[in-house]
Amino acid sequence: MLLLAPTVLALAALTVYPGVWVLWLSLQHRIPIFEVSRFAGLDNYAFLAVDPRFLNAGRATAIFTVASVALEVVLGLTAALAIHAQRGGRRLALSFLLLAWAMPAVVTAKLFEWLYHPTAGLINVALGARSLNWLGDPGLALPAVVLADVWRTMPFVAVLCYARLLAIPAELYEAAQVDGAGRLATLTRITLPMLGRILLVAVLFRTLDALRAFDIMFVLTGGGPAGMTETLTVYAYRALFQTLQLGFGSALSVVVFLLVMAVAWAYLKFLRAGTTVAA
Amino acid sequence: MRRPARRIGTLGDVVVLGALAAYAIPFFWQLLTSFKPEAELLRVPPLLPSRLTLAHYRVVIEQSLMPQALGNSLGVATLTTLLALVIGLPGAYAVARLPLPGKRLLLLAIVASTAFPQIATVSPLYLLMRALDLRDTWAGLVLVHTSFALPLTIWLLAGFIREVPIETEEAAAVDGAGLLGIFRWVVIPLLAPGLASTALLAFLFSWNEFLFAYTFTVSGASRTVPVALALFPGVFEVPWGDIAAASMLASVPPVLIVIVLQRFLVRGLVAGAVKE
Repeated sequence: MLLLAPTVLALAALTVYPGVWVLWLSLQHRIPIFEVSRFAGLDNYAFLAVDPRFLNAGRATAIFTVASVALEVVLGLTAALAIHAQRGGRRLALSFLLLAWAMPAVVTAKLFEWLYHPTAGLINVALGARSLNWLGDPGLALPAVVLADVWRTMPFVAVLCYARLLAIPAELYEAAQVDGAGRLATLTRITLPMLGRILLVAVLFRTLDALRAFDIMFVLTGGGPAGMTETLTVYAYRALFQTLQLGFGSALSVVVFLLVMAVAWAYLKFLRAGTTVAA
Repeated sequence: MRRPARRIGTLGDVVVLGALAAYAIPFFWQLLTSFKPEAELLRVPPLLPSRLTLAHYRVVIEQSLMPQALGNSLGVATLTTLLALVIGLPGAYAVARLPLPGKRLLLLAIVASTAFPQIATVSPLYLLMRALDLRDTWAGLVLVHTSFALPLTIWLLAGFIREVPIETEEAAAVDGAGLLGIFRWVVIPLLAPGLASTALLAFLFSWNEFLFAYTFTVSGASRTVPVALALFPGVFEVPWGDIAAASMLASVPPVLIVIVLQRFLVRGLVAGAVKE
């Protein structure tokens, strides 16, 4: 028990206590610059129900999460299969991928801001000297942010899948060969089913990360243009620290928190159900 | 029969490597940009510069907050890693090896706190930092970073400790070693690779963290690298070359870790996801 005391103490002071405090804050009107501080009950939450900006942020969060997780899984799986099929240079191949993953998200944002530059950006040059305003066009900004996030986090999915591929017993493939299974049959009957569980785990981790993503859109677009890339997290942050509505911003934070926990809970239930069926 | 197959294999290898090298183009393009003369930055094509220059690095090192920020990040990330390991190692050992009442609940709490969104605690932590006068200090950042690195550390270390055969510990106990002795002479040496993996991930987390660092820092006294980069000043125009140089400096530790310590990094990443 003594061994755990520092852990329990640290988590209680820096995670649980603020977690309860934020609930309390979310029930208040608190705007420090106007010296407003009073109990508001559920007013902040009631306001959310009719707040168009909140609905818009929910939409941006949903699109961002679904699009980036889907792309990451497809690309990550493809990359893992490709690296696994390599005979040499696997380490170097992994290095190229991990490079993208290991850098701070703020660096990724700066990298892509430069790539998206309307006149000198590599992307427009590659598209044949087009002058698309990636970060300024309301129709392009969210896809542009998704692309930057996919670039940064797809390697995570790839590494997980690759490690799982290494652990598939060679006998399975030999047996398939003896049975005369072709490449496609081997892929769909052996490889993909063996990857099923790790893919679910990867989707869980990535969904949780995408729901609370902040750095990439905050630095790349600041939520703009016209709120197109303003996710719930960015909205919450701006309410807290730019318009200084401590109570209302906390209510938004609580919503993000509940969303993340609900998704985590649903996945865990789903994973556990999957295990029982498999067993 | 065999030879052509091998040749196709090699060709395939080259194609895959080429594709993955292309994947890293955003990074290499920024690297190239950081050495491009100012006048050629906005004139693309040509893609390659006429000459390479260190001017952007000179500006970043002599006139920006970046050198100070690199020092801050190095200090905060190192201290966070150490603190998370010092607190987390005994905790992980208890979770992995000792019978505890309410262990399942505790594990659940640890897993739940790895999923905790930072935005959920940033407002109370801000008030807490202000009340304790910890804003704009290393100590404040180390504390909040540790609160997020700690669950991850325990999660990973508990898994690695379970991999250490319990018989070796029992043998040491029979030889008369106490809990501390077992820890020092048996567990830690066998755990070294796992400790390295865990430390790397904790370090990277702290080095890359932006939301808290951005909120709790005010000046060069504690601004970390991601914050300094996000706030990189431009007077009339965006200084693309200087930003490129600054982002390359910000990437040095992560890139070194990927190149030199890749094995430990991958092991930690996979362990974090696979353990029940």
